[in-house]
Amino acid sequence: MVTHTARPTRPEPGTPTAAETPDVPETPDTHALEAEALALAGAVPDPELPQLSLADLGVVRGVARQRDGVTEVRLTPTYTGCPAVETMAEDIREALSARRFGTVRVVRVLSPAWTTDDITDEGRRKLAEAGIAPPRSGGPAADGPVPLSLAIRCPNCGSVDTELLSRFSSTACKALRRCTACREPFDHFKELL
Amino acid sequence: MSAYEQPPGGGTPGPEHRAALALGDDALVLAQRLGEWAGHAPVLEEDVALSNIALDLLGQARTLLSLAGDEDELAYLREEREFRNVQLVEQPNGDFADTIARQLYFSVHQELLYGQLAGGRGELAELAAKAVKETAYHRDHAEQWTLRLGDGTAESRRRMQSALDGLWRYTGELFQPVEGVPADWEALASGWRNVVGAVIEQATLAVPEGPQSSAWSAGTGRQGVHTEAFGRMLAEMQHLHRSHPGASW
Repeated sequence: MVTHTARPTRPEPGTPTAAETPDVPETPDTHALEAEALALAGAVPDPELPQLSLADLGVVRGVARQRDGVTEVRLTPTYTGCPAVETMAEDIREALSARRFGTVRVVRVLSPAWTTDDITDEGRRKLAEAGIAPPRSGGPAADGPVPLSLAIRCPNCGSVDTELLSRFSSTACKALRRCTACREPFDHFKELL
Repeated sequence: MSAYEQPPGGGTPGPEHRAALALGDDALVLAQRLGEWAGHAPVLEEDVALSNIALDLLGQARTLLSLAGDEDELAYLREEREFRNVQLVEQPNGDFADTIARQLYFSVHQELLYGQLAGGRGELAELAAKAVKETAYHRDHAEQWTLRLGDGTAESRRRMQSALDGLWRYTGELFQPVEGVPADWEALASGWRNVVGAVIEQATLAVPEGPQSSAWSAGTGRQGVHTEAFGRMLAEMQHLHRSHPGASW
């Protein structure tokens, strides 16, 4: 619903703001505002892996300033049933609570489907630092019958001599492995391509 | 036709609505069944695995049911005869082999079906393109266990064969066309036979030979006719919501 305010006064927070109010000037500042909102949304930490930001994870698909003054953030889930999505949406709304963003709407988009290749290099580095073996870029060899048999490096000692303990781990996106060199168990962010 | 088959905003329910309801109910009911294993699986890793698969399916169900109406109302306030899931997914967990056989039959079906739908357009296609990757992992998990149990001890082998045989009669319904689901059902049936047959043979077991539907069945799950255990499952699933309408945390 478009709510036009009659006078150029500041609307209450949470009220859709009209594009022509002084708070929400139209272009060229719309782009600057979108870029700012994208940076803020992207900087929100992942609820499950707080070492990573949502930008690192590659789940923020974009920000668009709507005609009715609503700031729409497009968010994609890693897995369809990922329970963290709701928390992410809430955290994004909080990060964009400044009045200039008007009402913030987080929409869930499924297409194109998220893949682990959407995790940035920075994100992979942070995963390894947190003791989680990052997904391999491009995933396992496409022609391999047993994808997980390819080498996955132990995040603790760096050995590539690791074995699968469980195909599922603490969250849907991870598998549990053990390093046969240092004997430490560790999580592996499974490839999803 | 029940009130809950009305699309949001009223009017005549379209084929897309019925498609989302059928596939959404499949995912929801199997998610509930798998969730029953939480805290009861043979080993901790399997507890986590089955719960994770349930979570994936629940995510799919939420997306699909939201295409058909209000997800909570649809899940918690419909009566047994208003559910459109296939009877296979409502079958009780039984022993671990029964659960794996059910998972193998269903995951192979779902992966092939979603694979077909992923090439289409619209929200159903978007969900299918996303979910097919998760389903491939579920299928792989069920396959690994079928091989281990079938080619394992005499006892595991006996139980796996018995589970495959026992659930076989519920597999025919997987290939009955659902209005609004733009699938090639014949290709789905033959593809399913090939994949499931190859896994069972690799597990050194026998592909069941009986009919793929019950001769005495009063109807199918897609028509709202369900098996005895389904009502009890629903009672447990819906009890909290019905006892405390509107409750949240």
